[in-house]
Amino acid sequence: MSLELKGVTKRVGAETHIHPTDLTLEHGVFNILLGTTGSGKTTLMQLMAGLERPTEGEVWFDGADVTGMAVQKRNVSMVHQQFINYPNMSVYENIASPLRVARLSKGEITARVERMADLMKLTPMLGRRPVELSGGQQQRCAMARALVKDASLVLLDEPLANLDFKLREELRDELPRLFADRRCVVVYATTEPVEALLFAGNTATLHEGHVAQFGPTGEVYRRPRTITSAQVFSEPPMNTAPIVKEGDTFRLYDGTEWPASAAGATLADGEYVFGIRPHHVTLTPTGAHPVAIEGMVLVSELSGSETVIHFRHRAETWVSQSHGIHAVPVGEVAGLHMDVAQGLYFDRSGERIGF
Amino acid sequence: MKRLTPLVPALYIVFMLLPIYWLLNMSFKTTNEILGDFTLWPREFTFENYITIFTDPTWYMGYVNSLIYVSLNTVISVTVALPAAYAFSRYRFLGDKHLFFWLLTNRMAPAAVFALPFFQLYSAVNLFDTHLAVALAHTLFNIPLAVWILEGFMSGVPKQLDETAYVDGYSFPRFFIRIFLPTIAAGIGVACFFCFMFSWVELLLAKTLTAVEAKPIAATMTRTASASGYELGLLAAAGTLTIVPGAFVIYFVRNYIAKGFALGRV
Repeated sequence: MSLELKGVTKRVGAETHIHPTDLTLEHGVFNILLGTTGSGKTTLMQLMAGLERPTEGEVWFDGADVTGMAVQKRNVSMVHQQFINYPNMSVYENIASPLRVARLSKGEITARVERMADLMKLTPMLGRRPVELSGGQQQRCAMARALVKDASLVLLDEPLANLDFKLREELRDELPRLFADRRCVVVYATTEPVEALLFAGNTATLHEGHVAQFGPTGEVYRRPRTITSAQVFSEPPMNTAPIVKEGDTFRLYDGTEWPASAAGATLADGEYVFGIRPHHVTLTPTGAHPVAIEGMVLVSELSGSETVIHFRHRAETWVSQSHGIHAVPVGEVAGLHMDVAQGLYFDRSGERIGF
Repeated sequence: MKRLTPLVPALYIVFMLLPIYWLLNMSFKTTNEILGDFTLWPREFTFENYITIFTDPTWYMGYVNSLIYVSLNTVISVTVALPAAYAFSRYRFLGDKHLFFWLLTNRMAPAAVFALPFFQLYSAVNLFDTHLAVALAHTLFNIPLAVWILEGFMSGVPKQLDETAYVDGYSFPRFFIRIFLPTIAAGIGVACFFCFMFSWVELLLAKTLTAVEAKPIAATMTRTASASGYELGLLAAAGTLTIVPGAFVIYFVRNYIAKGFALGRV
């Protein structure tokens, strides 16, 4: 079972919302669409569902062209970021509604709704209206409605984004289990790199309507093909800086040097772009090749058990993320260390240099 | 000073209710008493005026006629406005904003402007002096109003609700009737109320387009004198009864109207 986008393009008026996209999404794993707000995740999902028709290109499902097929006939289900339920129906009726539309027998409907309510911990709320539920319960109800029918394509559009922290963690754990014994293509849109890494599966990094890269999540994270793909998959944003290779050394714009590693040695001399994720710029040296760098602290904040420091280095602003809680006074110069072995090198057009 | 504070709204309410009280007061008096001394309450309390209205068909048929065309108008206006409002709230099309504004401008023309063409037109197609004639004439200003109110309520419903329903397998008509209409029930209530009110109080078109068969109560009331001279008590009673349906409808939709205000429409 697979969903295939073949050269799918979406234009509205003069604007291109989705540039020509080729994607093959398989069942059995989470297919993650990762990108910031406005990168085209929702539009892409609407195209996959059949809510929107592509301006160009074709959508194939399970080896059949479904481009022109109405969404009602496609056996799709969808969960939105906003908690969308039918306000005039009880929770029970909400969950039962796709089954009623599909004209299942009464007994079958009752059995399925009860099983789903049990799974989603909604059994005590079945008689209530959606507005009487908490946010988390409303989203559970929406998910129950999406999962109660055996859809072959399940689209989850940032389903956890509007939930509070604790509920999000809880549902995040539950989600993969809900799909464990289902045969369907699951697409999950998110803005958070952490979420993508957590669900593993395959990830497509999206930027301004382009799919920057698609592949196994770990692979996309570790070996981004372009700067764009790396930036989409980095939170806080990846540090980038111009760099020059000369002989067997790399030299940063401020003159900091480090030896080009074995693979880097084959690289032609010239100008490149160096990228390093914030958690590889730390207060204490880590990794095989720590390189010292100094900067004036602009902002120092705690994020859980991490210390995030924004610092000025020459004209550039860098971000560092260190384990543990460190008191770093703002305005003072701090000594930091780049683990250059974890650095990424891009040519000037933004393509990563493969080594 | 503080003890006087409640007096302010009290005075205001007394001031507002005074004419209504006076109408009520008169309706229980005889015409002689009204024309004679100044009395704060009826000296000779009488139901005679009300009895006349409820027994004389020339009087009570006025109410029946009014209610018929007002109801007919409300049903037509809201039924037609629903799909129009849906289109305005959900789709972007060429000139949609201009069209929406143009609809509203229909309310700006005085009814007198349309009285003559309507009279001519309805006479030509044999609709003159029918309930349908008045109901149709009133849609001229009620449909734009209903579209405007409903569009506000519909835009408050996220588009994702529509999408969820289609994904769940609902066809458009089924979604519209089973899910969308109940969701905006408050808006429909408010739209109905305003259509009812405007049609109920409109006199000029109603009077112009009717003669006998569909004569509205407001037209009946304008005949101040009859064979027995001035009938002020009777008129007061008729006036009192005219207020009743409006008050009744307001009572039922008061919560919805508050919601309508909250949504920035109405």
